Amino acid sequence: MAAEREPPPLGDGKPTDFEELEDGEDLFTSTVSTLESSPSSPEPASLPAEDISANSNGPKPAEVVLDDDREDLFAEATEEVSLDSPEREPILSSEPSPAITPVTPTALIAPRIESKSMSAPVIFDRSREEIEEEANGDIFDIEIGVSDPEKVGDGMNAYMAYRVTTKTSLSMFSKSEFSVKRRFSDFLGLHSKLASKYLHVGYIVPPAPEKSIVGMTKVKVGKEDSSSTEFVEKRRAALERYLQRTVKHPILLQDPDLRQFLESSELPRAVNTQALSGAGILRMVNKAADAVNKMTIKMNESDAWFEEKQQQFENLDQQLRKLHASVEALVCHRKELSANTAAFAKSAAMLGNSEDHTALSRALSQLAEVEEKIDQLHQEQAFADFYMFSELLSDYIRLIAAVKGVFDHRMKCWQKWEDAQITLLKKRETEAKMTVANKPDKIQQAKNEIREWEAKVQQGERDFEQISKTIRKEVGRFEKERVKDFKTVIIKYLESLVQTQQQLIKYWEAFLPEAKAIA
Amino acid sequence: MEEHQEAGKEIKPSSTLVDLQGDSSLQVEISDAVSERDKVKFTVQTKSCLPHFAQTEFSVVRQHEEFIWLHDAYVENEEYAGLIIPPAPPRPDFEASREKLQKLGEGDSSITREEFAKMKQELEAEYLAIFKKTVAMHEVFLQRLAAHPTLRRDHNFFVFLEYGQDLSVRGKNRKELLGGFLRNIVKSADEALITGMSGLKEVDDFFEHERTFLLEYHTRIRDACLRADRVMCSHKCLADDYIPISAALSSLGTQEVNQLKTSFLKLAELFERLRKLEGRVASDEDLKLSDMLRYYMRDSQAAKDLLYRRLRALADYENANKALDRARTRNREVQPAESHQQLCCQRFERLSDSAKQELMDFKSRRVSSFRKNLIELAELELKHAKASTLLLRNTLVALKGEP
Repeated sequence: MAAEREPPPLGDGKPTDFEELEDGEDLFTSTVSTLESSPSSPEPASLPAEDISANSNGPKPAEVVLDDDREDLFAEATEEVSLDSPEREPILSSEPSPAITPVTPTALIAPRIESKSMSAPVIFDRSREEIEEEANGDIFDIEIGVSDPEKVGDGMNAYMAYRVTTKTSLSMFSKSEFSVKRRFSDFLGLHSKLASKYLHVGYIVPPAPEKSIVGMTKVKVGKEDSSSTEFVEKRRAALERYLQRTVKHPILLQDPDLRQFLESSELPRAVNTQALSGAGILRMVNKAADAVNKMTIKMNESDAWFEEKQQQFENLDQQLRKLHASVEALVCHRKELSANTAAFAKSAAMLGNSEDHTALSRALSQLAEVEEKIDQLHQEQAFADFYMFSELLSDYIRLIAAVKGVFDHRMKCWQKWEDAQITLLKKRETEAKMTVANKPDKIQQAKNEIREWEAKVQQGERDFEQISKTIRKEVGRFEKERVKDFKTVIIKYLESLVQTQQQLIKYWEAFLPEAKAIA
Repeated sequence: MEEHQEAGKEIKPSSTLVDLQGDSSLQVEISDAVSERDKVKFTVQTKSCLPHFAQTEFSVVRQHEEFIWLHDAYVENEEYAGLIIPPAPPRPDFEASREKLQKLGEGDSSITREEFAKMKQELEAEYLAIFKKTVAMHEVFLQRLAAHPTLRRDHNFFVFLEYGQDLSVRGKNRKELLGGFLRNIVKSADEALITGMSGLKEVDDFFEHERTFLLEYHTRIRDACLRADRVMCSHKCLADDYIPISAALSSLGTQEVNQLKTSFLKLAELFERLRKLEGRVASDEDLKLSDMLRYYMRDSQAAKDLLYRRLRALADYENANKALDRARTRNREVQPAESHQQLCCQRFERLSDSAKQELMDFKSRRVSSFRKNLIELAELELKHAKASTLLLRNTLVALKGEP
C-alpha cells in the first residue's frame, strides 16, 4: 500500500533526495538546484505546485513543458535523467505540503516553495491552458510511426527491432524529426513505467499490445511463411497505435520516460517484462490479489456518476467483445472466400482451355482473370476488415480494461482513507485509555500518533478527491477520444468497402462485352 | 432460341439452363410442387394439340423415382442409342438445410430474438431456394424431352405425362440398385473403350476430336462446378456473418449516450442491408454459374455416354467383321455372319450419323447457355455492386455529416 502513495520517481540522482523529502526541510534544496526555472514566468512555474495540489504528488512530470528560453538551463539537467533504473516505484510524499490545495495558476507566487516535490530536471513547466489547448488539437503536433521490422540475432535469442519515428513541432523535443530502434520488450517496459506512475492516481494509461509466445517463437525460429509475416505486421500496427494513443494523452506526453523512449538511441533493457521473470510472476500474484480485494471492498458510493459510468463501461465491454467475435468470424470467412475464388479462377481457366468453341473459350479465360482479380480484392478487404475494424475493437476492449482498473484504484484509495480513519479512531481510544491510566510518556506517544494519523486521514481524503476528480476528467477525455476514434475508423472502413465495390464494378464491366461477344 | 414459357409466368431457373428450340405442339411444365417430409410431389402439366393425347390439357402427380424410371427407359432403349439422353434430375436433397434449421431450433441462448428471427428467415429462404432448384431440374429434364423431335414421341414419355395413376416404379428399388451396379461395370469397360486403351481404332476425325475434347471437358467442368459451389458457400457464410454484427452494433447503439449512438445504429442498418445484397450475390452466383456448370457437367456426361455407345457399336462392328472373316475362311455359317455384320455396320453408321448431329447440337446448346448465363451473371454482379456502393456512400454521407 505504501508504494501507491509515492510519486513518480524523478531521476537517478534524485531518488535518495526523496527519502529526505519527508523531513520537509531538504525538500527545497533539491528543487532549488534543479528547478531554476521558476522566476521567468509565474504561470508556468506555478504549475508544479498546481500539480502537487492537484495530484497529490502523483504524476508531477506531467503538465510541464519546457519553454524555449529555459531549454539551456535544463540542458545539463537533462543529462542526469538517464533513466537506467528498472521499474521504479513511484514515491509519494506522505507529508502534508503546505500549499496542497487546488490553486489556480495565478495565485501562486513562490513557486520554489510550492514546487518542493517537483524536482525532476526534466519536468518542464507549462500552463494548464496550453496543455488543454494541445489536447484539443490546436497546437498538438506529434506524429509517431512504427516501421521496418528487422530481425536481430539468431535462434531463440533473436528478436524483432522496430523503427520508431517521431515527427513533431513540439518544443520539448530536441529535434523535429528523429527515429530510434526499439524492440517489443522496450514497449512493454515503457507501458510498465507509465502504468506504475499514473494508473493509481486515475489516469487511463493505454495498454501495450499483448505478448504472444507462439507468434514470436515462429519468428525466432525463422519461419519465413505468410503467417509469421502477418504476425509481425499485426504487431507493428499494434505498436504504432499504442504509441499514438499514448502521446495523445496530454499528461503522458510530458513524461520523461516516454520522451526517452522516443528519443534516446540506447535504452536499457526492460527485463522485468518477461512473462516468466520474477517481476512477471509478482505481477500475476498482484493481479490475483487485486481481484480478490476488489470483491471484498464495499465502497459507499456517494457519487452516482461513478456507479453509472462503471456500469456503462461494463456494458460497453460486453458489447464490444460480442462484436469483436463476430468481426473475427467475418475476417475468417472473407479469407476463405478469397481462397475459394482463387481456386475457382484456376478451374475456370482450365475449363476455358478445354472449351473448343473459340469465343466461349476466350470468355471463360476472361472470367478466370476476373475471378483472380476478385480474389485479390477479397484478400485486401479481409485485411481492412481486420486492421481497421477488428483491431479497433480489440484495442478498445483492452483500453476499457485499463479504465476499469482506474476505477478500481479509486476504490482502493477510498479503502485506504477508510482504514486511516479507523486507525485514527483507535489511536484516539488509546490516548483516552492512557490518559485514564495516567501514563504521561505513553500519552505523548499517543498524541504523536494521533497527529500522524490525522494527517494521514486528511491526505487520504485529499487523495480520494483528487483521484475522483482526475478520473472524471480522464473519462471525459477518453470518451471524446473514443468517439473520434470510432468515427474515423468506421468511415475509413466503409470507404474500403466502397473501394472494393467500385473495383468489382470495374471488373465486371470489363467482362460483360466479352460475354456478349460469344457468338 | 426462345423459351416456350407461358407469358406472365416468372422466369424459372430452368429457362436459363437450356434454350429449348421445340415448337408449341407439346408444352410440359411443373406447375406445382409439394414437399412432404422426405418426398417431393411434382405436378406435371401438359398442354398439347397432338392427336395422341386424349385431352389438350392435363396434369399428373409424379415423384422423383418416376423421373428416374423414365430416364432409364430412354437409356435402355436401343432406338435412342444414337442420341444424347437428357441427364436425369438429381434427387431432391433437403438434408443439409433441414439439419441447419433443426440446429437453430435447438437454440443458442446467446443470440437475440432479432438475430434468431433473421437466421431463421435465412434458412427458410435457403430451403425454399433448394426447393425451387429441384423443381427446375425436374422441369428442364421434361422440357428437353418434349423439345427433341425423336425423344418426344416415346411411348413411355406419353405414359409418364398422361397416366393418372402411380407408375409403380418404386418397387424396383433393389432391381434398380442391381441395374445400377451392372451399369457401372459396363461403364468401366466403356471407359477403356473411350480412352483408347482397348486398341479400338477411331475412323472418324470428328469423333476422335470429340472424344478427346469431351473427356477433358467433363473432368474440368466437374472441377469448376465443385469450386463454384465452394465460392457460393463462402459467400453465403459471409452474408450470414453480417447478422450478428448488425445485432451487436444495434445493441451498442442503443446503449451509447454520445454521438456514437447514431453512428452505430446507422452502421447496424447498413450491415443488415449489405447482408441482403451479399445474399443475393451468393444466390445469383449459384444460379447463373454453379447450376449452369452442374447442368453441363451432367449433359457432357450424357454426351460421353453417347460416345461410349457408338464405340461399343464400332467394337461390335469390328468383331462382326472378324467373325465374318473367320466364317469365310472356314466357309461355315457365312450367311448369318454376313447378315450380322451388315446389321452391325448399319447400326454403327446410324449411330454415327445421329451422334454427329447430337454432338453439334450439344455444342450450340452449351455455347448459347453459357453466353446467356455469363451475361446475366455479369449484369447481376454489376447491379448488386452498384446497389452496395450507393448504400455505402449514403451511409458515409450520413456519418460524415454528423458533428
